[in-house]
Amino acid sequence: MREEKRISLKHYGLIDPDQIEDYLEHGGYQSLQKALSQPPAAIVQAVKDAGLRGRGGAGFKAGIKWGFTLQTPAEQKYIICNADEGEPGTFKDRLIMEGDPHLVLEGMAIAGYAVGASKGYIYCRGEYPYIVKRLKRAIEQAREKGLLGTNRFESNFSFDVEVRMGAGAYICGEETALIESLEGKRGEPRSKPPFPGVAGLWGKPTVVNNVETLAAVPWIIEHGATAYQQIGASRYPGTKIFTLTGDVARKGFCEVPTDVTLRELVYDFGGGVAGGKKLQAVQVGGTSGAFLPESLLDTPADLDSMAAVGGTLGSGAVLVVDETRDLVDLAVTIASFFKHESCGKCTPCREGTFQLHRLLEKISRGQGSRQDLETLERLMWIMTQASFCGLGHTAPTPILTMLQYFPDPFNNRVNSQAG
Amino acid sequence: MDKLQAIVDQYQKVPGGLIEAFHAVQDEYAYIPEEALRRLAKAFEVPLARAYGIASFYSYLSLKPRGQYIIRICKSAPCHVKGAAEVVKTLEEELAIRMGETTPDQLFTLEFTECVGVCAETPVITINGEPYGDLTSAKVKEILAQYRQPQ
Repeated sequence: MREEKRISLKHYGLIDPDQIEDYLEHGGYQSLQKALSQPPAAIVQAVKDAGLRGRGGAGFKAGIKWGFTLQTPAEQKYIICNADEGEPGTFKDRLIMEGDPHLVLEGMAIAGYAVGASKGYIYCRGEYPYIVKRLKRAIEQAREKGLLGTNRFESNFSFDVEVRMGAGAYICGEETALIESLEGKRGEPRSKPPFPGVAGLWGKPTVVNNVETLAAVPWIIEHGATAYQQIGASRYPGTKIFTLTGDVARKGFCEVPTDVTLRELVYDFGGGVAGGKKLQAVQVGGTSGAFLPESLLDTPADLDSMAAVGGTLGSGAVLVVDETRDLVDLAVTIASFFKHESCGKCTPCREGTFQLHRLLEKISRGQGSRQDLETLERLMWIMTQASFCGLGHTAPTPILTMLQYFPDPFNNRVNSQAG
Repeated sequence: MDKLQAIVDQYQKVPGGLIEAFHAVQDEYAYIPEEALRRLAKAFEVPLARAYGIASFYSYLSLKPRGQYIIRICKSAPCHVKGAAEVVKTLEEELAIRMGETTPDQLFTLEFTECVGVCAETPVITINGEPYGDLTSAKVKEILAQYRQPQ
């Protein structure tokens, strides 16, 4: 059986998250010390060499992002920690911040030093008020120890962090929408380019990284890029936290090398399907993720292997769906989510998510026609091609993959239409 | 509204602090009263329409009065498959109100929410941000009883 390897969760459950002394006794802030003894470009290079890719879902190379910001001259630059995890079924960032808030602060400080930023923001979702409190306490403690704030380590580098609370908008997980929200506006995504690395928060060069990404940075500095690069899948190295939800025997989480297979996740870590029932589908990557059948369970969960079978890694949320569940009903629930969360900026997404929900609900009630299914397919194609940002691009993914791998429930519902 | 002035004073100078100010207003009043919206729009030098546009954009912010305890029921897929509908039914029956409504004594408001990130304990509700998981009808009744006791 596959074993866990904890990098982002290395202190989870082992230290008192409200005591900075505990973190320091476990080697905390040593990686920052080590980083400060090297030139900033060397730190960016180490993150590049490690092959660290974003853990929020898009999988962009962190070192490349950092490189953009390092190379852009500016008096003020920012690090933003994206803690707006809104993908249903995902709670990995909460686990990290809950169990080890200083690890996130240390990762941010190292990023700040590497790119020349003196200020960091943690944008934490509004659903986690208790985490906001914990983070604020951790920042206070780090300031008292002289680890955050000015004149740290008798070096010229200073870095401070502020926590901002989101207000219940899934779209703010998109980095430019998040920046808009941090600026106190509606969270609507911006046109790219310019990318945040060049012009982000208040127009300044800004690195936006997910909590889990930043939490891997201290380990990389401590153990070296090569050690990290050798873990898991070669093109998406390191570990990933997966959250197991739905009809799985043991709901919960695990942090494992990225070459773990879906079968290992569901059966070894999750204990299989709850109540001795049969597996119908797994949805990997959160509510915007693909529904996959049993026959694809031996696929490694890393981003590229998943993409190769038409799947997604996304946030690493794994929703197990047993044989008794009505997939059409689940499709309506998912479509309702996207209808609610579309920010309304662009027509393909605003109207597309609305119509997607309307058509699926109609089909679910047994009032849909074959024509409705065809309209649905065309609508989803338009959404994936013409939406402004990732929300509209990925909202059809769960429905498209349901229709691809599990067409029967939909066809049956349409065929049962009277008259 | 002296408390409101304190909030204005505290957040006015915070760059991009309008949403933080909205949160502070809600902590005080459970929603954003029109007076607060007007004062904050002025303090942050944005047109009232834009302040309204921001306040109405975010599902966590409410422009409608709400009860002392805001109960939010997750309706995202992981909670949906694990029986969120049953939780809704129990809450509506116990409080004799429908989703979106507030009890006549102004104690409870029922709202839907999307995922609150407590998905290993589905189905989940939050009461003023505090999560309660692995819910059954019986457990929901117990939790309500705790909140009904004078505190």
